[in-house]
Amino acid sequence: MRKSVEWRPYVAGALLGVLATLSVWASTAVLGKTQYLGASTTFVRAAGMVEQTVAPEHVDRSPYFLKEKVKVDWQFMLIVGVFIGALASSLADGSFKLETIPPVWRERFGNSAARRAVGGVLGGVLAMFGARMADGCPSGHGLSGLMQLSVSGFLALAFFFGIGALVAAVVYRGKGVRP
Amino acid sequence: MSEQWLGLITGVFFGILLQQGRVLRFEKQVGAMLLKDMTIMKFMLSAILVGMIGIHLLVGLGLAQFSLKATQLWAIVIGGTLFGAGWAVMGFCPGTAVGALGEGRVHAVWAIVGMVAGAGLFAEAYPALQNTVLAAGNLGKISLPGVLGVSPWAVIPALAAVFILVFVFFEKKGL
Repeated sequence: MRKSVEWRPYVAGALLGVLATLSVWASTAVLGKTQYLGASTTFVRAAGMVEQTVAPEHVDRSPYFLKEKVKVDWQFMLIVGVFIGALASSLADGSFKLETIPPVWRERFGNSAARRAVGGVLGGVLAMFGARMADGCPSGHGLSGLMQLSVSGFLALAFFFGIGALVAAVVYRGKGVRP
Repeated sequence: MSEQWLGLITGVFFGILLQQGRVLRFEKQVGAMLLKDMTIMKFMLSAILVGMIGIHLLVGLGLAQFSLKATQLWAIVIGGTLFGAGWAVMGFCPGTAVGALGEGRVHAVWAIVGMVAGAGLFAEAYPALQNTVLAAGNLGKISLPGVLGVSPWAVIPALAAVFILVFVFFEKKGL
């Protein structure tokens, strides 16, 4: 039986396109510098802040931290805002749910929170190393890159998703979400 | 207004839309990679469809500048491959991991810890990569209309038509 069309992702997505446009306009008008939505550089700054607590000289001498500048900037606060917005929105419509293991993961790897922690950390290390090498993530390359019709965005998103699909097919083989 | 306040306000709306689009969830991200649930693709392509029109209008009117990333072939191919593999295992991308934590998916904290560590590792590797992988095959800041030698307003309707055909395909297949 065919399901009726679920408009939610289209409407929320189109509104994100409006937000991205307003944000580009507002940042240019207010700050004099056009800011595009992105996320992964914030993780570099967070890493720099963590390292500063134990080895401040090391951070001061690091060419990459000097290039990306360890500070709480526009994008850092954007990501703080994403947390607040998601929390408020999920509490408002009752979709907030405490979850320690994703159901899809549990079907394949069982009920061990430790195993999920290892998967999350290893996946996170790999993904962020890759995102910094590629100079962006699905937000910076995918959304902002494609909105600007940048060749880098098309190429990056094709590899993110293409390799993601290949690896997911191996990792979650025979299991996964019910359609 | 400071850049921090503007970023925070923009981010709150970004978080609300990600949450209302239901794209923050592990099962939606992995579902797309398993080609079973295209919610995140519908969301992203809808955002790109509207945003590419809005941003090109703003730049055309002189109200904003582009900020293209360089097309560094090897860095994007190798980095994109590592990212794709990590994304599949982690089940989140960087922005959605933080949003997922906001909607109560506490396991996203492990992905965030891993990503902060990955960023720190990259900072250590950067001096060695700077003049090798990151410098090879750099085609500079190029756009699709620039490469094709046409106006962006020729590319935008064509891409919009492709996106709409993709949406029709998803809905026909019940993805």
